[in-house]
Amino acid sequence: MTAYILRRLVMAVPVMLIVAVTTFLLLHMTPGDPVAVLLGPDATTEQIEQLRDQLGLNDPVHVQLVRWFAGLLRGDLGQSIFLNKPVTRAILERLAPTLELSILASLVAILIGVPIGMLAAIRQGRLLDFGSMLVAMVGISMPTFWLGLNLIFIFAVSLRWLPPQGYQPFEDGLWANLSRMILPAITLGAGQGAFLARMTRSVMLDVLSEDFVRTARAKGLSEPRVLLGHVLRNGLIPVVTVVGLTFAILMGGAVVTEQVFNIPGVGRLLIQAVLRRDFPLVQGIVLLIALVYVLINLGIDVLYAFLDPRIRYA
Amino acid sequence: MTARQVLLAPAVQRKRPLGRVIVHGIRRYPGGIAGGAVLIGVLLIALFAGALTDKSPTSVDPVNRLSPPMAGHPFGTDNFGRDLYARTLYGARISLTAGFGVAMLALAGGIGFGLLAGYYRRLDGVLMRVMDALMAFPGIILAIGIVAARGPSLTNVIIALGVIFIPRVARVVRSIVLSVRERQFVEAARSIGATDFRVLVHHVLPNAWSPIVIQGTFIFAEGVLGEATLSFLGVGPPPEFPSWGNILGEARLYIREAPWMMLLPGLALTLTVLSLNLIGDTIRDLIDPRVRRRMA
Repeated sequence: MTAYILRRLVMAVPVMLIVAVTTFLLLHMTPGDPVAVLLGPDATTEQIEQLRDQLGLNDPVHVQLVRWFAGLLRGDLGQSIFLNKPVTRAILERLAPTLELSILASLVAILIGVPIGMLAAIRQGRLLDFGSMLVAMVGISMPTFWLGLNLIFIFAVSLRWLPPQGYQPFEDGLWANLSRMILPAITLGAGQGAFLARMTRSVMLDVLSEDFVRTARAKGLSEPRVLLGHVLRNGLIPVVTVVGLTFAILMGGAVVTEQVFNIPGVGRLLIQAVLRRDFPLVQGIVLLIALVYVLINLGIDVLYAFLDPRIRYA
Repeated sequence: MTARQVLLAPAVQRKRPLGRVIVHGIRRYPGGIAGGAVLIGVLLIALFAGALTDKSPTSVDPVNRLSPPMAGHPFGTDNFGRDLYARTLYGARISLTAGFGVAMLALAGGIGFGLLAGYYRRLDGVLMRVMDALMAFPGIILAIGIVAARGPSLTNVIIALGVIFIPRVARVVRSIVLSVRERQFVEAARSIGATDFRVLVHHVLPNAWSPIVIQGTFIFAEGVLGEATLSFLGVGPPPEFPSWGNILGEARLYIREAPWMMLLPGLALTLTVLSLNLIGDTIRDLIDPRVRRRMA
C-alpha cells in the first residue's frame, strides 16, 4: 500500500507540471498588462517600461517560465505584483475561510444528498422518490448565486436570524464564526447535494437489483441489515468517488459563493488576481487547487481498498 | 387475439388520434414534456420580447429608481429606474444565444478533437493530455481569464465558456471512436479506398450522435448558467446589456432596498436551466437502454 501511494505521488508530478506550464502559458499569451493596471491610466510609457523591466516581464516567455520554475523547486511561488508580498503568504492568509466553507459545504452536500438518494431508491416509483428527485433537479438547475441571494433575503434581511455577509475568524468566538458560515455553506453545498442525491439513487437502484440482495432477503435477513450491510456497502464505491470530488469541486465553486457573501477567501483573491492579471498569484492559486484535486483523487483510491477488500493495489 | 386482429393491429395504431399520443407522452415523460414546453416558451419570449412589453430594457427613468412593483412597472424597476419586466424579457435573448453558442462551439471543438484523438493514435496522447490540463483548471476561472483578456462582449463570453466544455465532448467522442474504429464496417470502408475524412464523418461519427446530443443539451444548460455567472461577477457582456446574470449582480447590491429585483430574472434563469436539464434527462432515458429497462 505504501509503495502504491508513493508511486501515485510520483505520478502526480507530471500532472502538476502540465497544469503549471499550461497556466503559465495561458496567462502570458493572453493580452493584458499587470503593470498598466497597477500604475493606472496616467502612467507614462517610460514608467510602465521601467517597472516591466524591474519585474522581469520584458524577458522572453521561456526565460520567465524557467525563472518561475526555479523558484517553484525551492518552494518559492514568487511575489504578488499587486499585494507586494510573497504569493505563498497571500494565499495562506486567505486560506482559512475557503477551507472552512468547502468543508462545511461538503458536509451539507453529503448529509443532504446521500440519505435522500438512498430513501428515493428504496421507495422507487413512489411519491417520495418522485418528489425528492424533482427537488434535486431544481437544486441542480438553480444558480448558486440566486440561491444565496434568496437565503440572504429570507434569513438575514427579513427574519434577521443570521448576519447577511462577511467573515469572522474562529478567535472571535464560535458563534460569530459559524453564524456567518451557515448560509454560504448551504448555498454552496445544496447544488452538489442535489447531484449526490441523484447519483446515490441510481447507484443504489443498480445494487438493489443484484442477485446477492435477493439472496440476502431470501435467507431472512431483516430489511435494515440488507440495506446497510449489503446494499449500502456495495453502493459506496461510486458514491465515495463523488463525495471525495465534492470537496475539490466546491473549492473551485467557492469563487462565486465568496463573492455573494463577501467572504475574504482564496476564491475572491483569485478573481481579483485574474482581473488585474497578477500572474504569480494566479499561478500559485491554480497550482494549489490542482494539488488539492490530485491529493483527493489519491485519497479516494486509497479509501476504495478499505471499503472493498476485492480491490487490491499491487 | 385472432390472427385477423393481429394483422390489423399496426394499422389501428397508426391511426391513434393526436390527443391520445400527447396524453400518453405526458404520462410517460412528464419531465421532458414540461421541459420542452418551458423551453419553447422562453424561446418565444426571446423572439417576441418587443411585443410583450412597450418598455425598452435600457431606457432610464430616474424618478422611479428602485421602485417596487407598480402600475406601468409590474415587476418594479432597478437602480437606474429601468423596467425589470422588460429587462427580463430581453434577457432571454442573451441567455439563449449564450447557451446555444456555447453548446455549438463545445460540440464542434469536442467532435473535432475527439475524432482526431480517437482515430490517430499518435495524436491521442498529446491531445488528451491538453484536454486533461484544461479540465484540471477550474472552469469559471478560465472563463473569467479569457473574458478579462479579450474584453467584455457576448462573443467572448461564448468563446470562453465554449472552450471549457470542449474536453468533455472530446472525451465522449474519443471513447466511441476507439470502440468503433475496430469494427468491420470501418475496415470495409477503408479497404474500398475511402479517405480518412470520409471514414470519420460517414462511418464513425454517426455512431456517436446520441451521446453528442445528450452532452449538447446539458452543455446548453451550463452555458446559460455560465453566462449568468460571469455576468453576475461583472465579467459578462457589457453592463448595459440586459442579462439575467448582471440584473442579479446589481440586485445583490440593493437586496435591502429592492428585493424584488432578484425575483423575475432568478426565476427565469432557474426555469430555463431546469427545462434544459429535464430535456437532457429525458433524451438520455430514451436512448440508454439500461435506464429504460429499469423504468419499465
